[in-house]
Amino acid sequence: MSPVIEVEGMSKFYGAFQALDNINLNVEQGEVVVILGPSGSGKSTLIRCINLLEDYQQGDIRVSSQRVEHGKRLAGIRCEVGMVFQNFNLYPHLTVLANVALAPIRVRRLPRHDAQARAQQLLDKVGMGAHAHKYPSQLSGGQQQRVAIARTMAMEPRVILFDEPTSALDPEMVGEVLDVMQNLARSGVTMVVVTHEMGFARKVADRVIFMESGRIIEQNTPHTFFTAPQEARTRAFLQAILHH
Amino acid sequence: MDLLQTFFNWGVFTDALPLMLRGLGVTVVLGVVSIVLGLVGGLLLAMVRLYAFAPLRWLSRVYIDVLRSIPLLVLLVLIYYALPFVGIRLSSFAAAAAALSLVSCAYSAEIFRSGIEAIPRGQFEAAASQGMGFFNTMRDVILPQAMRIVLPPMTSNCINVMKDTALASVVAMPDLLKQATQAQALAANPTPLVGAAVMYLLLLLPLVQMVSWIERRNTAGRTGA
Repeated sequence: MSPVIEVEGMSKFYGAFQALDNINLNVEQGEVVVILGPSGSGKSTLIRCINLLEDYQQGDIRVSSQRVEHGKRLAGIRCEVGMVFQNFNLYPHLTVLANVALAPIRVRRLPRHDAQARAQQLLDKVGMGAHAHKYPSQLSGGQQQRVAIARTMAMEPRVILFDEPTSALDPEMVGEVLDVMQNLARSGVTMVVVTHEMGFARKVADRVIFMESGRIIEQNTPHTFFTAPQEARTRAFLQAILHH
Repeated sequence: MDLLQTFFNWGVFTDALPLMLRGLGVTVVLGVVSIVLGLVGGLLLAMVRLYAFAPLRWLSRVYIDVLRSIPLLVLLVLIYYALPFVGIRLSSFAAAAAALSLVSCAYSAEIFRSGIEAIPRGQFEAAASQGMGFFNTMRDVILPQAMRIVLPPMTSNCINVMKDTALASVVAMPDLLKQATQAQALAANPTPLVGAAVMYLLLLLPLVQMVSWIERRNTAGRTGA
């Protein structure tokens, strides 16, 4: 079976500035890939290219063997690629339940009743079942992010991209979100996670990717990555982080 | 005593009342038609202004700027007195409704645009990342939030349209003001004019109050929620 995500020789420019430089990356079904790197290294930009929230200028990105590009098929591809955002981006005018059920009703054309029943199940799964009828503004950051994860799962995507899902959270709420993500990983969901949470990378990742200045510097299993990094820049990065 | 007889003459008022009420009806119908057309057209115009192909976007901008610059009375007179020279002869109601809604479109479009632009980019991205198309994103995600933001300025705009209906009396539209001035001429007494002013106030004062009420509620909601 071909990989869920294939990135081949992909580069992205902002005007003259090259944000991503010749990225090559495959993500297999069921794999959990964690992308680490200093801020500004292009990790968020990379995953935002995978569902074309950002355009790329060179190379190819394919999801389920379909090239990611503007056109009629883009919406279909985006259904296969869920995304969880740093700032949750819940729909503030809708209840938690409606947030989760909206896209399945509109895009997957599920009957409202079925979509809501499934939404309730997913909310139960992320421990938010009791809050289904609240509005996002009534929830803590951690709770909002768990709802956002349920909302993404409601589309049953083949892969979920996480764009620094805990970076906007108060420290005491990081754990609850990471727990939900860990459960997802265990249940076999394919995930690409941009994060600064080293513990999560170590425990949950099948593969860790280190990026700097728009390039992939190193890819490895978490064990090798954290205990015997190959590249000097990776070592410098880990040194800086672990000494904080 | 003289003053009362002059400005608040009950006999003159009751004589003029039936015609004035008919005029009030015309004013309300004209206002509502123009408001509805202005809102629908304004929303479409805002969409074109924001999301259409470049030439259309540019055209919509020209339209909005021109219609916001031209005095409503001038536009009304053009439509009613100039268009017949090219064979377009509109009734006074159609001419007034056209002028009012064409201008209201331009203002509403700018109000809608400011509301839509106030929605954070993350909302568009969340909808896009779930495969939602332009129409669904607008209807289910963006516009409901934008409506809440634009409700006070939009209500103000509607009040302006309702007030500006009085200009239609210039093109012989039998609206409230026209009926009142006619009654005043007939009775040689200004009481109908005073009556008309009071009717305009009764019609619009509650709407003005509603705007400030919505604004107060919105500020309270922002800090409370």
